[in-house]
Amino acid sequence: MSKPKIGFYWCASCGGCEEAIVDLNEAVLDVVAAVDIVFWPCAMDFKKSDVEAMADKEITAIFINGAIRSSEQFEMAELLRKKSQFVISFGSCSHEGGIPGLANLYKKEDLLSTVYSTAFSTINPNYTLPQTQTKVPEGIATLPELWETVKSLDQVIDVDYFLPGCPPPVKLVVDAVTALLSGNLPPKGAVLAPDKALCDDCTRKATKPEKLQHKRFYRPSEILIDPEKCLLAQGLLCLGPVTRMGCDWACINGNMPCTGCMGPTSRVRDYGAKALSAMASVIDLNDEEEIQKSMDSIVDPVGTFYRYSLATSQLHSAIHTNGGK
Amino acid sequence: MKDQHVHHFEHTDVKVGVYVCHCGINIASKVNVHEVVEFAKNLPNVTVATEYKFMCSDAGQDIIVQDIRSGKVNRVIVASCSPLMHEITFRNATQHGGINPYFFQMANIREHVSWVTAEKEDATVKAKALVAAAVHRVSKHTSLEKKYFPVNPNVLVVGGGIAGIQAALTIANAGKKVYLVEREPTIGGHMAKFDKTFPTLDCAACILTPKMSQVRSHPNITLWTYAEVENVSGYVGNFTVQVKHKKRYINADTCIGCKACVDACIGPENIPDEFNEGLSYRKPVYMPFPQATPSVVIIDENSCYHFTKGGCPPDFSSKNGHLSPQLQSLLRRANECFELRDFQETLKLTKEILKSSPEHQETLFLHAQTLYQLGMINEATEVMRNVMVKERCVAACPKGSVDLYQTEAISEIQVGAIIIATGFKTFQGERTTQYGYKRYPNVFTSLEIERLVNASGPTGGEIVLRDGKTKPKSVAILHCVGSRDLHSNRYCSRVCCMYSLKLAHLIKERTGAEVYNFYIDMRTPGKGYEEFYEKLCHENVHFIRGRAAEVTDWVLSKAELGKLVVRAEDTLLGMVRRVPVDMVVLSVGLEPQTDAEEVRRKFNISCSKEGWFLERHPKLAPVNTFTDGIFLAGACQGPKDIPDTVAQAGAAAAEALALIDIGYVEMEPNTAFITEENCSGCRICVALCPYTAITTDPVKLISVVNPALCKGCGTCVAACPSGAAQQNLFTDEQIFEEIEGVLEYV
Ligand SMILES: Cc1cc2nc3c(=O)[nH]c(=O)nc-3n(C[C@H](O)[C@H](O)[C@H](O)COP(=O)(O)OP(=O)(O)OC[C@H]3O[C@@H](n4cnc5c(N)ncnc54)[C@H](O)[C@@H]3O)c2cc1C
Ligand code: SF4
Ligand code: SF4
Ligand code: SF4
Repeated sequence: MSKPKIGFYWCASCGGCEEAIVDLNEAVLDVVAAVDIVFWPCAMDFKKSDVEAMADKEITAIFINGAIRSSEQFEMAELLRKKSQFVISFGSCSHEGGIPGLANLYKKEDLLSTVYSTAFSTINPNYTLPQTQTKVPEGIATLPELWETVKSLDQVIDVDYFLPGCPPPVKLVVDAVTALLSGNLPPKGAVLAPDKALCDDCTRKATKPEKLQHKRFYRPSEILIDPEKCLLAQGLLCLGPVTRMGCDWACINGNMPCTGCMGPTSRVRDYGAKALSAMASVIDLNDEEEIQKSMDSIVDPVGTFYRYSLATSQLHSAIHTNGGK
Repeated sequence: MKDQHVHHFEHTDVKVGVYVCHCGINIASKVNVHEVVEFAKNLPNVTVATEYKFMCSDAGQDIIVQDIRSGKVNRVIVASCSPLMHEITFRNATQHGGINPYFFQMANIREHVSWVTAEKEDATVKAKALVAAAVHRVSKHTSLEKKYFPVNPNVLVVGGGIAGIQAALTIANAGKKVYLVEREPTIGGHMAKFDKTFPTLDCAACILTPKMSQVRSHPNITLWTYAEVENVSGYVGNFTVQVKHKKRYINADTCIGCKACVDACIGPENIPDEFNEGLSYRKPVYMPFPQATPSVVIIDENSCYHFTKGGCPPDFSSKNGHLSPQLQSLLRRANECFELRDFQETLKLTKEILKSSPEHQETLFLHAQTLYQLGMINEATEVMRNVMVKERCVAACPKGSVDLYQTEAISEIQVGAIIIATGFKTFQGERTTQYGYKRYPNVFTSLEIERLVNASGPTGGEIVLRDGKTKPKSVAILHCVGSRDLHSNRYCSRVCCMYSLKLAHLIKERTGAEVYNFYIDMRTPGKGYEEFYEKLCHENVHFIRGRAAEVTDWVLSKAELGKLVVRAEDTLLGMVRRVPVDMVVLSVGLEPQTDAEEVRRKFNISCSKEGWFLERHPKLAPVNTFTDGIFLAGACQGPKDIPDTVAQAGAAAAEALALIDIGYVEMEPNTAFITEENCSGCRICVALCPYTAITTDPVKLISVVNPALCKGCGTCVAACPSGAAQQNLFTDEQIFEEIEGVLEYV
């Protein structure tokens, strides 16, 4: 019997997710032994044409990381969907739009003008912008088109499973692959992580006070962080209460508050709204002005509460066009 | 999308009946009911859609019952009025038909649609949207059960004015135990200060004091004066209340009200007497007024030497060595008794000696020492206590009731119902500066006049000017001070016109003075009230229709010399008048107590924007609050006179009795619950619950809702960051279905 065929692909991402696959270390060897990797452009030399040449559903499972924000990423996603039995959205960007999704706060032209003109490190007096088609002596050179908005993977193609995290924790990846290989699969659409919030088995839970109440929040740089005590109880904006567990407390053990990369539990529709309401609930003030002052201690609220999920939030984006798709 | 819909609840074989009510023409004149019915027929799972003139009528309800019984429907929608009106009615009908009453949903197309929409077309569209929402939602309803909790049969009454007294007596007479907590040293409230009451002019004390003493002696009433409610927890039927006993420095249980201490007190005698509105003076130890109930004195620590100077100064009247023969014999006898080991008698004599001469401490001290050496510790302590005494009141008290070292004490009680009867305060006259209260000595407030006309008041019922002797020859009574005024209170205080008439009558009767009432319009709507006004009109009292503009001592003519001049536009004559008088009376309005907000918070009830405690419904639940088991009586709910206060107190007592008599409370199942497998124990919810219904399970480290305390406010549900807290009848699934219903067809 032939081995199951597996592929990895990346879209709008930082590359950390690819790193995570490499991080599987010994675990990856077992995986490699059990499967045929048929597509992994980041690590091996595969071309789009190789995929096009495959029969439909020939790939058993494709792991796609990164958000979708260009015509090329969309084409690849559609192609891979066609060629694969299972599409697994891999990592926060693919799952919820991720940090690239924060671009949805701005219009495309503003993004381009920042990057190609006004940024401190940019010198571009003629304001040359990337073009989808450029005439060159050899003919016409093409570039993919940047979309108006950033999308999560499941906003553009049908997705079977989600592996959350920035990047997804090793253990969850191994569990997911094992489940795939054994055919012991949860219902379609499931997020392959425990469905409870991080506080549940947080290493600091025992130090949580009965009532969480603060006058203001602190940024990690503003206080000396006690390495044992519940971070939220110290006035840090720890999003553990809002965020799915399964990360093995990577940040918490690094003495840093949870920033929410694992996304919400299945019961929550809008991560950022929940995060905001949860953190606002902790503010123990009655005077409107004081409340305002206290909320002002949260620098960049959208970037804080929607850090990974703006693209999939109820807010979607600053502009209402359905940019490119 | 994602795995959000993985946890679906299976709802098979749903058959929805939609019943659209005309409400006479209330709905039908604005909503095209027929069109709504036709629309409803095409909604998912709808098997019956029909209309009826009055769904709440027996015949209307019967349609629902029959449709359920014949198996045509198993979910019910009634599109009619508000749930407050008829949710119960239709839930009962649903249950009567044979299915769980919570398989019912109401669509409010009257208050939310027909009454508030201008165009018929718009109204019909809105009604359809709401019906669609209800149809979508009801398919996700699950069957729920009401919960029952036992009720503690005791009742707490807070405030011992006429309202609290009436309520306490009614309940106690029904055989239930009542705790009456009054924060002043005596019960009686405002009524105890009045001489006569309108409109009958019967003597206030004659009708009030018998009730006060009944309260005192009633076996079912525990009366705690000079006490305040410190904390309330629990829920309807099961409140736990902490009552703080303030420091009165008198043992209220043993004091017999003989006032020997008051006579003996050598403290300052010029402390303004609160009960007499500062029109007379008292000592640091005093009885608030002769009929004070309980008849127990109180020591005011702000003026008593023990607190201000560290003790009563020594008595220089009897010098050492100049003993009266009587004292000498007392001392001799005390020594004899002591030698004979009759310590009881020694003790008695000790007290007597000290009463007349505290200088003999030394002899007595030696006695005490000997006793101590003999191992008779108790006796020694007792003698020592007497030796140490230099405070006159302590020495004077035959009951040993004065306790200058008293500390605050807390009693904890369990009650099933609470009646709040904390009354009102009067508007401060000086706030309307144009009337010169506190600037011109002869401007008085009505409450001061109430004390002056009172036979047991500071002047024995004489009405005199601030100098304490001159009888006024002319008096102006200004109505609506601090009422019906954009600068202070917009509302009418309801009792001022009537008590102004009463005071006009009493002043006329006692002094023969010319009396001028300045009024905006005369408000006398009550049984016998208009007749009272008419009677006054024949008593030669002058009525000037016009709110007084100012009171001034700036005279313009000889006739005004030495007088206070009231300026007002007489709107009947159409001219500005200046009326010179000797005395001005401000008919101050009624205001909520200063601490109303604090009390509101303590009992978790609501206030109107003026600060009066809010009834649940002005017509249908006038003594209920929004917190079950807590009722209102008297002027704390809004200005009212004594007849209304007493009637309301009776109603509050009846509500409390109805609650405790059944013996259990029924709780709606729309409470929150936390699913154990979903809760991470983050505790975001714990501090948020306004009813302290959430606690942390110490073993599982997750949060738990006490369904008896949960009021279904939904705060925790909205806040729970991981969706572990949910609410019956308001699950996310139900709410989202409802929203989808609204949006899908419109
Ligand atoms: C000048 C004047 C004349 C009036 N004359 C008449 C008249 O002739 N006829 C008539 O029908 N009506 C008259 N009224 C109206 C009458 O005073 C009220 O209707 C009546 O007093 C209301 O009774 P109550 O028990 O609700 O309030 P109150 O008499 O104010 O009694 C409230 C009691 O609660 C106590 N209390 C307050 N807060 C607390 C607390 N937190 N804890 C414990 N105890 C508390 C207070 O100390 C007080 O004893 C007059 C009013 C005024 C101002
Ligand atoms: S708030 Fe953060 S630090 Fe505190 S228990 Fe939750 S995850 Fe751990
Ligand atoms: S002497 Fe004692 S009993 Fe008499 S009034 Fe004073 S404290 Fe009460
Ligand atoms: S907020 Fe939600 S997850 Fe947190 S303790 Fe309360 S119920 Fe549990």
